[in-house]
Amino acid sequence: MTAILEANGLGKRYGHKWALSGCTLAIPSGKVVGLVGPNGAGKTTLLHLSVGLVRPTTGSIAVLGGRPGTAPDKLARIGFVAQDAPTYATLSVRDHLRFGAWMNPIWDAKLAEDRIARLGLDPRQKAGQLSGGQRAQLALTLAVAKRPDLLVLDEPIASLDPLARREFLQGLMEIVAEHGASVILSSHIVADLERVCDYLVVLVGSRVQIAGDIGDLLTTHHRLTGPRHDRHALPSDQQVIGESHTDRQSTLVVRTAKPILDPSWLVEQLDLEDLVLAYMTRGAAQDRRLKLEVRW
Amino acid sequence: MIEFHLDARSGVPPYQQVVQQVRHALRLGLLDVGDQLPTVKEVVAALAINPNTVLKAYKELEHLGLVVARPGIGIFVARTLTDDSLAAHGPLRQDLRRWLSQARRAGLDDESIEALFRDVVRSSSAEGVA
Repeated sequence: MTAILEANGLGKRYGHKWALSGCTLAIPSGKVVGLVGPNGAGKTTLLHLSVGLVRPTTGSIAVLGGRPGTAPDKLARIGFVAQDAPTYATLSVRDHLRFGAWMNPIWDAKLAEDRIARLGLDPRQKAGQLSGGQRAQLALTLAVAKRPDLLVLDEPIASLDPLARREFLQGLMEIVAEHGASVILSSHIVADLERVCDYLVVLVGSRVQIAGDIGDLLTTHHRLTGPRHDRHALPSDQQVIGESHTDRQSTLVVRTAKPILDPSWLVEQLDLEDLVLAYMTRGAAQDRRLKLEVRW
Repeated sequence: MIEFHLDARSGVPPYQQVVQQVRHALRLGLLDVGDQLPTVKEVVAALAINPNTVLKAYKELEHLGLVVARPGIGIFVARTLTDDSLAAHGPLRQDLRRWLSQARRAGLDDESIEALFRDVVRSSSAEGVA
């Protein structure tokens, strides 16, 4: 399987601040990738690097096998929807489609018109009068009509109400089912990602905390609850991601591919939200420590 | 045709929920040999889930010999799970109802009843009692 996105030691600095650092990833093609992290973690920076809107400060990134933003034919194969699904407020829906047809070497006019009709959008309506959900759907339609190999969506559902969010994700999944495009979408709402994504990247404090196939991640992470344990007493294959202790009890989140044999633990499956939270908590603690070290 | 639903809070992976729901329908006789399952696109559109999840579930069902894929046409039920036991469902259901009303009269709420039932199922299958 070839990588749709490959990053090696990728970093981006704005002034003195590193928005992204030491990012190494190899995302297989054909996946729907959820890019998760708190605000300011570097999600948008990574997406902008992947579509060639900004250049790396350090390291390298390859998307669809080439450096992003260097070749027009590569750009034509990527559909990008920036944060808040920007559209032209004074242009009508139909004008947006015309504009798309004019700007792109490949344009599936029938797909675009069918989607607009199915969504019940009036082609004469100005984009400024559309609801947030309709605008997001219009922006997605423009990105999809390019018939891209990769769709990159920056926080596509954050500002939508639950119904519009569901409709947006339904539309997106239908596109994946029909055209087989890979998708990278960022979000801080994990519950929605559990349904649609099969690959996860957690980004905290400009660093990748974990990346991998969601099915694999869920089978290799466990919550252990039991009498108070010292983390150093664990078998070496068990990597502790998170821990909390009372005077009697320990609760650990561990990563291991092997079975957990110690009978004093109650072993539970983690759901995706707990898994993401464990990495976010760990990432936030590392981030604080790093900043302290820098200050000293 | 059956419809799937997803419980995000169940802790069961989405693909397994689809597999379980098909097995459930086969066991209850809601699906019969030759019946068609919803297409991947239909499931995706209804549930807003990743097509790979549906494909994975259908592959597992195929691997279990419960369905066959006819390329370009769809997925069809190849075998049911009812066997000859379906006829026994009616009387067993009645017995269970009677037992349930006994349990309620004894003051058990639904949660206690489910816990008790699950516990007995687990301990009896651990003892090898069918």
